[in-house]
Order: sequence, then structure tokens, then C-alpha cells
Amino acid sequence: MSFIPGQPVTAVVQRIEIRKLRQGEHLILGFSIGGGIDQDPGQNPFSEDKSDKGIYVTRVTPEGPAEVAGLMMGDKVMQVNGWDMTMVTHDQARKRLTKKNEDVVRLLVTRKSLEQAVKHSMM
Amino acid sequence: MDTESTYSGYSYYSGRSRGSHRHGERSRDHHKSRSKDGSRSEKSVTINAPPAEPLLGDSSVLGEEVQDDNWGETTTAVTGTSEHSLSQEDIVRITKDLEDSVGLDCRRYFSLTLAVVLGLLVFLTPLAFLALPHLLWPDKLLVCGTACEGLFISVAFKLLILLLAVWALFFRAPRAGLPRVFVFRALLAVLVLLFVVSYWLFYGVRIMDSQDENYQGIVQYAVSLVDALLFIHYLAIVLLELRQLQPAFSVCVTRSTDGETRHYNLGQLSIQRAALAIIENYYRDFSVHNPALLTASKSRAAKHLAGLKVYNVDGPGNNAATGLAHSQSRAMIAAAARRRDTNHNELYYEEAEHERRVRKRKARLVVAVEEAFTHVKRMQEDEQQQQKKAPGDVMDPREAAQAIFPSMARSLQKYLRTTRQQHCHSMESIQQHLAFCITNNMTPKAFLESYLTPGPTLQYGRERWLARQWTLVSEASVTSGLKEGAIFLLKCIDFSLVVTAKRIPYIQLSEEFIDPKSHKFVLRLQSETSV
Repeated sequence: MSFIPGQPVTAVVQRIEIRKLRQGEHLILGFSIGGGIDQDPGQNPFSEDKSDKGIYVTRVTPEGPAEVAGLMMGDKVMQVNGWDMTMVTHDQARKRLTKKNEDVVRLLVTRKSLEQAVKHSMM
Repeated sequence: MDTESTYSGYSYYSGRSRGSHRHGERSRDHHKSRSKDGSRSEKSVTINAPPAEPLLGDSSVLGEEVQDDNWGETTTAVTGTSEHSLSQEDIVRITKDLEDSVGLDCRRYFSLTLAVVLGLLVFLTPLAFLALPHLLWPDKLLVCGTACEGLFISVAFKLLILLLAVWALFFRAPRAGLPRVFVFRALLAVLVLLFVVSYWLFYGVRIMDSQDENYQGIVQYAVSLVDALLFIHYLAIVLLELRQLQPAFSVCVTRSTDGETRHYNLGQLSIQRAALAIIENYYRDFSVHNPALLTASKSRAAKHLAGLKVYNVDGPGNNAATGLAHSQSRAMIAAAARRRDTNHNELYYEEAEHERRVRKRKARLVVAVEEAFTHVKRMQEDEQQQQKKAPGDVMDPREAAQAIFPSMARSLQKYLRTTRQQHCHSMESIQQHLAFCITNNMTPKAFLESYLTPGPTLQYGRERWLARQWTLVSEASVTSGLKEGAIFLLKCIDFSLVVTAKRIPYIQLSEEFIDPKSHKFVLRLQSETSV
């Protein structure tokens, strides 16, 4: 999950499709995000590289739509519905995830265990 | 000889039993240690004569204890030494005092007369230059005009200023006698002498011989002499006073007996002047030298040496002399290492016990002194008229001190005994200090401060100062300047001060400019949003 400036970012990602749940008049996904290019990357407990300003999943509510879909705490969100999440501000990320006219969000997330799984399967 | 030591121990103990049981406990310790030594010497008595050291050590300690017990306590019968015995140190001190007083005075008077003669010469020379033409060839002289008379005033005032300046710089009571001549002063004296002599020479040859009539020229010559003398005085100020003000060396002064160390910053001085500055600071900064505090380590060292004796069983002439010495020393060291040494254990418990005892006695002392101070109160002026106190009740400070002293005397004496300071304070000095504290409205804590912590040497009586017995021991010449790494010793009778000099480092200071507008801050956030 480290990146070299100027080079395209490569990562092993998992596709996760979350159906939003209607609670009253809000559509919730059931997780919390942290990070962004306007935030302090050093305080992110989940990132390997402490200068990584990407969006990370900090909490997953149990039995929520995100957990059902397979999202785990500590995942880094790379794309939401095709929109890039690696270089966005915190607020932009929130907006992309909470569009009122979308019922389903398709995330591309990456985590460390994915890379290791790929490595193991290749050996 | 062995029985002698135990006998003296018993007599000491029996005499002391009249005191409180605390004394008994201390003498029991003494008795215990002495009997230990006695038993050790007993072991060696079967082979050889017992070692002389522990016995001598004991009797000197005994002598000290009896000598110090000269007030407030009943004295006991003495076995070996008498109360008026002089130790070797006292004899050395007295003879040195006698020698020094005679030698120093001679040198001081010699330099004093030289200085007076030179001063008179310097002051009278311009006046002589002005007066001699009037005396020797008055008829040939041209009349002195107004400019010339103006120069008279100038000479007069410059001489007055020179007089005041010389008085300020040189007419001070000498504060020390240094071993070698003070180089800068000697150089300046020689310079002044040469200068005046050369002026006289010129005057004698060119003016007196030719009997010059131009009086104004002569007066201007005298004025130039006085000007040059003022400049030499300026040179004297710079060389003698100003040059050493800027600190250039940092000296580390360590006392050899207990390792107390201080650091001072000195300028560029000769070794003897640096030694003088250090000694003056010693009297102010170092705590007073107390030989009674060193007996513990000396007795430990004596016990170490007394424990082993090496015997050559092969008979004489078997080994070469050096081989014998080597084998002996190696055998002693090996035996000392093998012996299961519990000295550290003893030291630890002894020190803990001593600490506890000191604190206990200090607590008793503080309480006694506070109680004593509550009994005396300053009388107000109107009290005498209102209550009409009898004149017998009204006391001056000395009488008040004498009145409250007995209630604290015992605990104070016990405390001083425990901290081994009893020979530094006499009863008279304690009463004087008490009267002083009462007069100046000091609290009991202020009164006790000078007894709880050992103060600088100047705080105690003159007999502790030993100001006339310093010896400077140095490998380099004492008139040479301080250098990086210079080491010299200042020996007093009981101890010496080891002085090491180091140059103060050259400091390179650089500058960094901060624009006041450059102080800007951003917030570092890490917010979490739930979606």
C-alpha cells in the first residue's frame, strides 16, 4: 500500500458492494471513515505508511450493511462507484459515499491480507 | 602490650558510666572496636610482636575525645595522653608562625621603602625642574609670561591628579605576601625609574650645563614629564587591574582530604596571583576543614593493613631481593582478595545508624532551642513605664543569652558531638552567637543554621583560619602565567588544594534571523465521519 510519487498506484483490491439501509430519512452504510488529504496522516492507526493520506475505514457497525457486505476495519477505500478516493479531502469522500440518489455503492478496498493471500496463492 | 589496650578500654568505660546511657553506648562501640583489634593482634602475638598501628590509632582517638570534652560534661581520668599535650601538627604550626612573621616583615619593609623613595623621586622631579633655574641662574632667566604661568597651573593640577591616582591604585594595605616578586609591579617601577633618570640626564646635560634662559621651554619640559607620568599610570592600571578582569581560564580546585571541588573563572594571571585569588575564594566557598570527619576512613585503612602479615618461611638469602618483594606484595594482594571482605557491609550499617542518630539528635536540638527562645522576649519601650518591671528583670542581650543557654546546652553539645563538630565551637562562641541572634530578632532556625551545616572557614574563629601557612607547590615558575593544563598545589598543614587550569573555550556565536511574520500555524485534524 505504499506509493511512489509520480508512479501509478498498484494494489490488490477487493470489490465490495454495499446496499444502503434506510433508517428514517437517512440512507446509512454502517461504517465510519477517516483520513483525507486535508487531515493529519500521522494519527491514522491503520495505515502502514504514516504519510498515506487515503481514506480508511475506522469503524464498522456490527450487523450493518457494510459488515454484511464484507467490509473490515482498517480497509483503505480506493474507489467509490468509479470515483477515486486516494486523493480526496475528507468532506469529498463523505459526499461521494452519501449521495442520496444512489442505493448501492461499489467500493474497491485494499488491505494487507489481500496482498499476502495473492502471494501465497502464487507460490 | 596487648593487656595494656584492654585495660585502657576498661578505665575509659568506667569513667563514662556516670554520663547518660547514650555515652555508654558510644564507649561500648569504642570498646568493641578496640577489643576487635586486640583480638586480631592476639592472633599474631603468637608468631610476632603485635602491630603498632591499631594501638597508636586508639590512643590518639582517645586523646581527641578527652581533649574535646572541656565543657558541660564531667571529665574522666585519662590514661595515656594529657589534656595539654601538643600534637606534632601544633608544633609545626607554631614554628612556622614564628618564622613567617619575621621573614615577611623584612621583605615588606624593604619593598615599602623602595616604593616610598620612588614616589618621592617622581613627585619632586617636576618641582625640581621648575625650581632649579631660579636657584642656580636667576639673573639669566627670561621673564615668565602669561602662557608660562598658565603652564604652572597645569603642572599643579596634573600633579594633584597624579597624586590622587597613585594613592587610589597603590596605597592600599597589602592583602597578601607572595613568594616571588610581583613581576608587573617590578617592571613598572623599573620603567618609571628609567624614565625619570633619562629626563634628569637630559635636563642635567642640556639645560643645567648650558644654563638655558628660555624658562618657558623648561616649564613645558616639566609639563611633558608630568604628562608622561600620567600615561605611565594609565599603563599601570591596564596591566595591574584591567588585564585580568576578562575571564580566560577556568580552574578546578579540589581539596585533597575530602574531595570538595569548586570551579572559578580567572583572567590571565601569574600562578602566584591565581593562587592568591583561589585562596581568597577558598575562605569564602569551601566548608571548614574538619579532621574529625576523616578518622572513619583512616581506621578502615588501618584495619586493612593490620589484618595481614607476610612471613618468609624459606629463610633469608633464598630469593633475589626484588623477587622477594614482588612475591610478598602479590601474596598480600591475593590474600586480601580471598578474605571474605565484609567491610562494605559494616560501612553500610554504620552509616545508616549514624544517619539515624544524627537525625534524632537534631530533632531534640530543634525542639530544645525553640523552647528556649520562647522564654525570652524583647521588651517594648512603654512596658517599662506601664508595668514597671523591676530593673533586675530587665537584661541586656548577653545576660539573656546566658539565661536561656543552659536549657539547650546539653542537646546542642550532644548534636555537635555526633556530627563531630564540637571542637569548632567553644561555649563562649555559642553564647556570643546566641546573644547576636537575640539582638537581631532572629528565629531559632536562624540561630541553629550555623551549627547544622558546616559553614565557610571565615565563619569560625581566627585559630581555624591558618592564613599564614599556605605553600605554593608548582613545577612551573610561579611568576609565569597560567596555561592550559597547568597544575599546582596549595599546601596547608592538614590538607592541600589541587588546582587544575583549563582554558575557557573560544565561543563562536552565529545569528539566525526570524521574520516575525513567519509564525504561521495549521490545524492537524483527524476527523472520523460515519456514513
